[in-house]
Amino acid sequence: MEELRKDTNKPDDLLVIEGLTVFYETDEGTARAVNDLSIRLKKGSTLGLVGETGSGKTTTALAILRLVPDPPGVIKSGTITLDGIDIMSCTEGEMDMIRGSKVSMIFQDPMTALNPVMSVEEQIAETLRIHEGMNKHESLEKARDLLAMVGIPPERGREYPHQFSGGMKQRVIIAIAFACSPKLLIADEPTTALDVTIQAQILREMRELKERHDMSMILITHDLGIVAQTCDQVAVIYAGRIVEYGTLRDIFKNAKHPYTEGLFGSLPRINEDREMLDPIPGLMPDPMELPPGCAFAPRCRYASDRCSEAVPEARWFGEEHYVCCSAYDDPGFALKGGQSHE
Amino acid sequence: MSEPLLQVEHLKKYFKTGKGILQAVDDVSLSVDSGRTLGLVGESGCGKSTTGKTIIRLIEPTAGTIRFQGQDITKLSRGKMKSVRQNLQIIFQDPFSSLDPRKTVEQLIGEPLKWNRIFGTRAEDKAHILHLMDVVGLSRRLVNTYPHELDGGRRQRIGIARALALDPKLIVCDEPVSALDVSVQAQVLNLLKELQKEYGIAYLFITHDLSVVNHFSDDIAVMYLGKIVEVAPSKELFRDPIHPYTKALLSAIPIPDIDVRMEQIPLKGEITSPINMKDDCHFAARCPYADESCLHCCPDLTDRGSGHFVACHKF
Repeated sequence: MEELRKDTNKPDDLLVIEGLTVFYETDEGTARAVNDLSIRLKKGSTLGLVGETGSGKTTTALAILRLVPDPPGVIKSGTITLDGIDIMSCTEGEMDMIRGSKVSMIFQDPMTALNPVMSVEEQIAETLRIHEGMNKHESLEKARDLLAMVGIPPERGREYPHQFSGGMKQRVIIAIAFACSPKLLIADEPTTALDVTIQAQILREMRELKERHDMSMILITHDLGIVAQTCDQVAVIYAGRIVEYGTLRDIFKNAKHPYTEGLFGSLPRINEDREMLDPIPGLMPDPMELPPGCAFAPRCRYASDRCSEAVPEARWFGEEHYVCCSAYDDPGFALKGGQSHE
Repeated sequence: MSEPLLQVEHLKKYFKTGKGILQAVDDVSLSVDSGRTLGLVGESGCGKSTTGKTIIRLIEPTAGTIRFQGQDITKLSRGKMKSVRQNLQIIFQDPFSSLDPRKTVEQLIGEPLKWNRIFGTRAEDKAHILHLMDVVGLSRRLVNTYPHELDGGRRQRIGIARALALDPKLIVCDEPVSALDVSVQAQVLNLLKELQKEYGIAYLFITHDLSVVNHFSDDIAVMYLGKIVEVAPSKELFRDPIHPYTKALLSAIPIPDIDVRMEQIPLKGEITSPINMKDDCHFAARCPYADESCLHCCPDLTDRGSGHFVACHKF
């Protein structure tokens, strides 16, 4: 891919991923999960990584933490620079220190992310002892403060995860993630397993904590509603590639990629009355058999022959807005649907 | 006015647990007219799925009556229930666990036909199976595949074809699109709508997703801890919600539009235990408007005009 921006090493970039490619090599074949993906994240901002099941969002996040399961996962190429550190060249020991203190991850399923035989406060305190070198007393004290911060009465810290509801477990996980004030928080579908009123509470808390601790965040989600309320920039990912990137306004008001248009067309909305939805036909391609050229072409209503010839290059539409779509080779091209246009 | 297709009155389903009685469904009344959709929304644990399963008697009710096509089916024998179920079907949430993994698509869709001896010959069965596959948009070449070879969207289409096989009047849809990605979800929702237009099927559409239910339903019933707290035509409910729980629920929906900002009404705490509940307003513990009167007795659903019913002492 062409270099992401001319002024490459901006000092205010916290995370720079260039040309990341991750494969899962199995006996049945090679699943090309992430393909030449590049992202940069400014300090203090929140990037929404939007895509459907199997699009490579979680694999991208795991690669930042160097937690891609190996085997079968192999990071084929690419560089990841986090806060000036070259992640790819770190030793395992260095990675242990980076995870938790520089970057934390919140996983989707709060039911399985906690240790069932350890009290909740002990799980938070453990992180503090490892990364901050606190003693037992200090770490437990701080753990109770953190519980209070996420809205759990500190006296419940001695309880075990099974005694907590899903929303409270997710709060505990957030407390662990914030424990060492990391620079970057990766939240992988943090509220998908929760009810909508609890989701609203958790998202509000995450936003406030992020502001207070001056952190950056990557929010992985399939829910454009959550993106609209939480993110500053949006990257739309399809079959392991970013197909469109821009500010919240670029994506929601001036979407350029046919897949982005299709995502918006598929959404039922409460502030709009439509008889029928406008779904994207067909299905996401099998990552073991990605079509040549643009992977979205077989489902795309604008596709032509040239789409399957080569992977489309990034085309810039604004300061931060780019789209990877060959249809724009034709200068008169515009999306037809009126969904997200002003 | 003619009798509704489905009329449920004072339906209760209690489960005995080690800690006491779990009131999963507590005095629910609702009705669905022919060719219409009633959305039943609520958060996990509110009893919406149990309500759906009790209505088609996959779970036996503790009390209450269920009338379907004018007939009281609450106490029907298994044999008689079998013929009622030809008109009363269900689509389950999880297309991964609701299909027998050892059966092919043909066997799965053909099962209801075989059980009810709809056709005399296998050739007729097969012809109808292929017809159903066309109707739900499954390619005919998949007829000999097994569920594990198919993605969630296609599996859910098998579930829909099975439900359609006997030409039912009402389908209980229990979170039919929750397990699907948004682009596939839209395909399945459109399919269900087309089928309703074509065959006049009524749906009881159970979901936690308010955007989906608003898009899909004519009327919406909001459930909280085993009780219906508000019922109204969809547009009316979204324009003018009355119950504090409905208001909070609607305000919590993340809207995919950067110019629309909903004023969020934060709720205190989480859903309380449905075990050994008192005769009070179950929502009182989390309600910003609750006072003494809410703790004394449970509010009834009362008519606020134009088909809008609310169970609340304060509003």
